[in-house]
Amino acid sequence: MRYEAPSSLDQAVALLAAEPGEARVLAGGTDLLVQMRTDLIEPALLVDIKGIPELREIKEERGGFRIGAAVTGAELKEHPKLKSVWPGVVEAANLIGSTQIQGRASMGGNLCNGSPAADSVPALIAAGAKASIVGPRGRRREVPVEDVMLAPRKLSLAKGEIVASFLLPAKPARTGDAYLRFIPRTEMDIAVVGCGICLTLDAKGTCTAARVSLGAVAPRPLLVADAAKALIGSKVDDAALQKLDAAARAACQPIDDKRGTKEYRIKVAGVLARRAAQIALERARKG
Amino acid sequence: MAKHHIEATVNGDPVEFLCETEDTLLDVLRDQLGLTGTKEGCATGDCGACSVTVDGRLVCSCLMLGVEARGKSIGTIEGVARGEELHPLQRKFLDHAALQCGVCTPGFLVAAKALLERSPDPTETEVRYWLAGNLCRCTGYDKIVRAVLDAAAEMRGA
Amino acid sequence: MQEKVKNGAGAEFKWVGTRAVRPDGVDKVTGRARFGADLAMQGQLVGRVLRSPHPHARIRSIDVSAAAKLPGVKAIVTRDDFKDQPSEFIPAGEMMINYRDVVRSVMAREKALYEGHPVAAVAATSVGIAKEALKLIKVDYQVLPHVIDVVEAMQSGAPLLHEDMITAGVEPAPKAPSNVAKRIEFGHGDIAAGFAQADVVVERSFTTKPVHQGYIEPHACVASVSEDGQAELWVTTQGHWIVRAHCARLLGWDVGKIRVTASEIGGGFGGKTVVYLEPIALALSKKARRPVKMVMTREEVFRASGPTSGAHVRIRIGVRKDGRIVAAEGELKYQAGAFAGSPVQPGAMCAFAPYDIENVKVVGYDVVTNRPKVAAYRAPGGPISEFAVESVVDEIAKKIGLDPIELRLKNAARQGTKAAYGPKFGPVGLVETLEAAKAHAHWRTPLGKNQGRGVASGFWFNIGGETSVSLQLNEDGTLSLTAGTPDIGGSRAALCMMAAEELGVELDKVRVVIGDTGQLGYNFLTGGSRATFSSGMATVEAAREVIKEACKRAAKLWELPEDAVEYKDGGVRPAGPNAGKHSPMTLRDIAGIAGKTGGPIAGYARINAHGAAPSFATHVADVEVDPETGKVAVVRYTAIQDAGRAIHPSYVEGQYQGGVAQGIGWALNEEYIYGDDGKLQNPGFLDYRVPVASDLPMIDTVIVEVPNPRHPYGVRGVGETPIVPPMAAIANALADATGVRFTDLPMSPPKVLKALDEARTRGAAKI
Repeated sequence: MRYEAPSSLDQAVALLAAEPGEARVLAGGTDLLVQMRTDLIEPALLVDIKGIPELREIKEERGGFRIGAAVTGAELKEHPKLKSVWPGVVEAANLIGSTQIQGRASMGGNLCNGSPAADSVPALIAAGAKASIVGPRGRRREVPVEDVMLAPRKLSLAKGEIVASFLLPAKPARTGDAYLRFIPRTEMDIAVVGCGICLTLDAKGTCTAARVSLGAVAPRPLLVADAAKALIGSKVDDAALQKLDAAARAACQPIDDKRGTKEYRIKVAGVLARRAAQIALERARKG
Repeated sequence: MAKHHIEATVNGDPVEFLCETEDTLLDVLRDQLGLTGTKEGCATGDCGACSVTVDGRLVCSCLMLGVEARGKSIGTIEGVARGEELHPLQRKFLDHAALQCGVCTPGFLVAAKALLERSPDPTETEVRYWLAGNLCRCTGYDKIVRAVLDAAAEMRGA
Repeated sequence: MQEKVKNGAGAEFKWVGTRAVRPDGVDKVTGRARFGADLAMQGQLVGRVLRSPHPHARIRSIDVSAAAKLPGVKAIVTRDDFKDQPSEFIPAGEMMINYRDVVRSVMAREKALYEGHPVAAVAATSVGIAKEALKLIKVDYQVLPHVIDVVEAMQSGAPLLHEDMITAGVEPAPKAPSNVAKRIEFGHGDIAAGFAQADVVVERSFTTKPVHQGYIEPHACVASVSEDGQAELWVTTQGHWIVRAHCARLLGWDVGKIRVTASEIGGGFGGKTVVYLEPIALALSKKARRPVKMVMTREEVFRASGPTSGAHVRIRIGVRKDGRIVAAEGELKYQAGAFAGSPVQPGAMCAFAPYDIENVKVVGYDVVTNRPKVAAYRAPGGPISEFAVESVVDEIAKKIGLDPIELRLKNAARQGTKAAYGPKFGPVGLVETLEAAKAHAHWRTPLGKNQGRGVASGFWFNIGGETSVSLQLNEDGTLSLTAGTPDIGGSRAALCMMAAEELGVELDKVRVVIGDTGQLGYNFLTGGSRATFSSGMATVEAAREVIKEACKRAAKLWELPEDAVEYKDGGVRPAGPNAGKHSPMTLRDIAGIAGKTGGPIAGYARINAHGAAPSFATHVADVEVDPETGKVAVVRYTAIQDAGRAIHPSYVEGQYQGGVAQGIGWALNEEYIYGDDGKLQNPGFLDYRVPVASDLPMIDTVIVEVPNPRHPYGVRGVGETPIVPPMAAIANALADATGVRFTDLPMSPPKVLKALDEARTRGAAKI
């Protein structure tokens, strides 16, 4: 197995594009090394992207934030501004695994690992984040995060393409985001259900915009338009929350597995949607 | 394929080693550098027995490749004490009987030290959540949490 | 908060009962202590095991020729390298195993009986080559239908694991083989007559899943066999004499040719009382003529080392209106895994032990299934049966409107009570633990919303067993104590303290080590809560021998009769009418004259420790339920247990807290998850969910002391009882919070929510 640590994005892309065998991007390695260790994958080439400055930086951009794909959860939490502007995203990234995992794991890896249960993805989707994808010959495209993953372990990336960064948009006034997940213990479990919600209120407290994303209840994280509709135009009162609950449940296409049954996931999706909406509402009222 | 030649720092001392791409930092520490204080409990990042710090950041060494240690400063359990003097955490673990079999103890000490360096006055809940990635099967965590809180108090001069 | 309740002699000691720092502690907080995988020998090879991918298959042939040709492969072993063993039962902890089964468990012979069953092993110069070699071994399997559920395995027509298994304990013996290895029965009185007197009868069935001991350190060993057949083995184990015996037997070597050193052990809980890698490593080393190191991966630990049984338990209890239990009956079906030997016997013994019942009958079945052979797990069998019994007792209390502690007090086992399994109890502390629970602030604290409180009692009988220690008086008056029970929880501290107490010396003048099998006489393993009890008893005996010898030497020097000399305050002096005639001699002084008065002074104790006494406990648990998700949080827990005498209170508390944590995991989230294909789906700590630090509250403890009259310091073993009450305490608390009785473990969120929803449709849910 070869290991390369390029210092530029172009070099990284070229290495990935040119590799005839299986090439993998190495950021935090918290999923990759486990898969290598359990012999699920045997890559011919590892491309370590942690030496590429763009992928490790958090910059303010156009009123929002550009977050390098290899920035760790711990670094997200330590950024002086990010947590107060996008608490849902930061909290979601810091629910992944343990303190030790958060010291290495990145949102780029969390997305590109292709697990429907990834914690940071529903929060990014709810926030309206876009992934900046760089490919061969300097090609760069901006893709909504909800369009990056197609199915378990299947991404919409072509050979040689890397997710370089995420752009969190400028947050409108009176907007709040939140992410909740259900796990059987208090930490350390893969999400049985995850829900990210971002909503915006007008001056009268009516919801004018909303995005609702569910994780671990379908082959990929979902952006649930009907759930958003349940909130938009309402004051996010109990009636709206009940509609939200129903819409969230209706959107689920879950499986039975060792982490949860179908019925359980459907039920809890509704519960989490209500609870996440309430937290997002509180945050929207404050900001 | 030739091995990687890596230079790094471990507990303040310069080290040099050869490793294959697939060797983890944990493998290197234990098998190449003879530092067996860091333990392998699961090799999948679920138990924390392999906890070390990399440039001051708490990580699982089983989830890092040896080759990624190039130029980095690694901290292991062997570097927690200062010469002959035990770190307050080590003393408090002994005083509070916060260990029984002791295999998880190095991981806990490295993790707790990283916590107190960032957060000198943590609450019980903060301690428990910070240490959630360190499994202990013997103690039920009670005495570990007490030892960490007591060490924090002593280090604050409280 | 940690408290102590004294009941008995209450003597003042210098060391016993204090919280001294343990002698092996510094090495463990600095990373210096060496566990199983921490040793490396020059020139060592890596050993790896090829394991069956099928839960049940006949092994037609094994072709290792391609693997043997791989450069770097130095040895390969299969079933051909282990002679078949005739049937013979031997004790393993509190369970019995059979060598004919052990040899097959270590290396499959005719059949692979579980997914993960070893089929071959290689020793190679690197991990990569070893793994490559395993891929080159060709095994011809004839896949057979499998059975993994205990009730299904008992049915006629179920796939048969062992063609010659005729159920023992049944008269007349069955004609056809089955998967039921054994039927046992305990009891006394007349249960039909007893139930006829009952005003209220409750009968319930319960199911539990296999759970793993969950030790953080995987199995590991290093074996080195030289050309003349002398073998050295370094291994993480609870019993190195047991390892020696098993390896000698399986390999056909003299016991004396194998020297086993116990490393520090990173958790055992019963799971390291048997052999897995060790005979294989020795066999490989002999062939390769180089040391072989073998370490299990975490996945191998889950797939191929013994968890404890999953079970099906039915309990029926009858009471009079006044709360007196008049009859109790239990039927236990435990799965043993691939070979006979589940802990159904101790499970049956313990089921009703906390109660004085005139009419009681317990029947148990030991059933084989296509899963790894179960190994002991802390109070083997007890938590399962007592979970069921304590749940039914709780239900009865509610039905007759009696406080659950009062109900237990009304029926509590006391001194003189005849246990269901035969013996009459000596002094025991159950009543004291119940009274302490009643008086505890926890019992009186009001509950919050969605919360419930449960109480449960528990019991373990504890064992003694063969024990040897050696206590040397060194030239400078310090002492070297060598014991043989691996220290899994801090027992070296207790031994040190007992020795220092007896000899009247400073604690740091006694150094204790765990000796290897070449250094001491036989020691039964650390298990059965016996280390502090048995090695402690032996240590005291050895110390008294040193004292006797010291007096003898002084008497010789002073030309006094032996009985005119006494040992006091760490030294020898003339007694009675001779007092003051000579200055007292310290142990150091005595050591100085040892040579000229007869030679080195030491105490050697070789005993079969008798008089182990049971330890009873009562636990109180508060839970909080999220009504919309079924998630259960344990918000408060108090564990009250009789230690006889706590030599080192901190480590006694530690045993209580550790057992509670394991019991909570067993109650709420831990289980082996199998697919219909008979393969384990969660062989890792990600999906095998042990409690993490944020899952648990502080665990308050109360040490009750009703001294065991048969131990010099009154010690009762304490290590196992703590895991017995938690599952019922949690289930009872959940019933209190929700109005729903849970009978299927684990009580994980999907199951709790489903049960709550069903109860809600009937209007029977409290939340």
